[in-house]
Amino acid sequence: MRKFKEFIIAKLILACGLASILFVLLIFLFLLKEGFAVFKTVSPAKFLFGKSWYPISEPAQLGILPLILGSLMVTLGAAVISIPIGVGCAVYIAEAAPLKIKEILKGGIELLAAIPSVVLGFIGMITLVPLVKNVFHLPTGLTALSGSIMLAFMAMPTIVSIAEDALYSVPKTYKEGALALGATHWQAIYRVMLPAASSGILAAVMLGIGRVIGETMAVMMITGNAAVMPHSLLQPVRTLTATIAAEMGEAVVGSQHYFALFAIGIVLFVISFVINVSADLFLHRKR
Amino acid sequence: MFRAALFSLALIFSWTCASMAGNKNIIQIKGSDTMVNLGQAWAEKYMEINPQEFVAVTGGGSGTGISSLISGTCDIAETSRSMKKEEIKLAEDRGVEPLEHTVALDGIAVVVNPRNPVDKLTLEELRGIFMGAIKNWKEVGGEDKKIVILSREVNSGTHVFFKEHVLRRGNEKGPEEFAPNALLMPSSQAIADEVAQNSNSIGYYGMGYISPKQKPIAVAKDEKSGYVSPDIQNVISGKYPISRPLFLYTNGQAQGLVRNFLDFVLSKEGQEIVLATDFVPIKK
Repeated sequence: MRKFKEFIIAKLILACGLASILFVLLIFLFLLKEGFAVFKTVSPAKFLFGKSWYPISEPAQLGILPLILGSLMVTLGAAVISIPIGVGCAVYIAEAAPLKIKEILKGGIELLAAIPSVVLGFIGMITLVPLVKNVFHLPTGLTALSGSIMLAFMAMPTIVSIAEDALYSVPKTYKEGALALGATHWQAIYRVMLPAASSGILAAVMLGIGRVIGETMAVMMITGNAAVMPHSLLQPVRTLTATIAAEMGEAVVGSQHYFALFAIGIVLFVISFVINVSADLFLHRKR
Repeated sequence: MFRAALFSLALIFSWTCASMAGNKNIIQIKGSDTMVNLGQAWAEKYMEINPQEFVAVTGGGSGTGISSLISGTCDIAETSRSMKKEEIKLAEDRGVEPLEHTVALDGIAVVVNPRNPVDKLTLEELRGIFMGAIKNWKEVGGEDKKIVILSREVNSGTHVFFKEHVLRRGNEKGPEEFAPNALLMPSSQAIADEVAQNSNSIGYYGMGYISPKQKPIAVAKDEKSGYVSPDIQNVISGKYPISRPLFLYTNGQAQGLVRNFLDFVLSKEGQEIVLATDFVPIKK
């Protein structure tokens, strides 16, 4: 009887494990099935490298290059802002901060992760957008830069907590050895700790970027959503995610527009898949 | 502990089932963001008169409402544009027979920031601005500043109407498009907010959104005819050139609750609510 119970529980857990994989597979298959239908009418090259996105015109123009570049631009901007601050913060928490400050900082960063993105977007719209407009003397503050700054806030918790873990997992003897050889605290961090934790820190950065590229609500509210080819950070852009979110409600089920939105989903899926896999590779490189 | 949890779970479950079974008197209305306040006002008054019935109104855009009507998740779709041919075909394929009812009129106001000296434009100038041919306010008598175009997202009936009637001059299949650098805003309120804080911007929305923080532009059909401001008299008389009908769509001839609601909307009382929410009643 006890053995039977064990057996049932083991199988149930197995089923739970398999279910998550099954769901991912089903989602992927569904995306492929719906998305590839668009290539019956538009060639993949024209879809990926077309420069104009007018999905509801006749004939529809379905070029997503401005959207891809928009997403990349916002992400790049967010990375440039969040990586140095995030890694710096992790180093401070792991190496330098007194216990009390450490606790406060960690709590604060967890709190930052808990703010819903729509709230961040709203705050950005009211405070950051007019600021960006006035500081750079732009016609409008709804720009890629505003999106980047807001998204940097969202990437930070991921980067800080994973990078901090990576620093903790460096064996104590490394640092002690460096200090015993006469290195200063900063030299030990810079020359020994950071290189030893580099794979974990890279993974942290990758996961942070993965979070940013998939973010929708905040960017939709503050980047202006104009589907132009982006030339600078100080101009409105439209991202892949915002396009899907804004247009899926309207798209007639089974129309070319509908399939095109799913194809955008595939592009997004591929991008975040690559980012996650490379993060995973970095994370396990050492072991 | 475990028992208590199980018990409360069972309680919640049975309660949900009960409330779902009791929902026979509910009307689901979905669609145009422009009309969501109007729909809400109708629903409130209607529920006052018929307390045993319940009307739920949600927005999301005209297209969202039509999709829901087709997939059977709402009883009435509010739309600020007529259904497209492909949507009607899709509905018929699914066994849904959409029926159009005109319930109100709406003027589309073009608005700028109150600090902007420009207060009147011709349709041709509007067309030039929103297509990106006119790039600077000084070209239409304003300051030497770049124009920031604000448009709605493509899921908006207002977006489609403005494109077809201003940009394409009423030719629905025309080649004209909004300038690619037009900012696509997720809601009429977002346009109102951006116009309120940005003195270079120009946007459009349903007349009901006009507030002192934005300045409505008087519009003329051409240079010879006079400039007309967007208000209720001018929309009823047809003098204001950018106005449109608002629709309710039902699946087939409305029956039962939906019929009751529709009758109420078209009644004198219903049309007074139209006026009270800054839309324009249809002539009887």
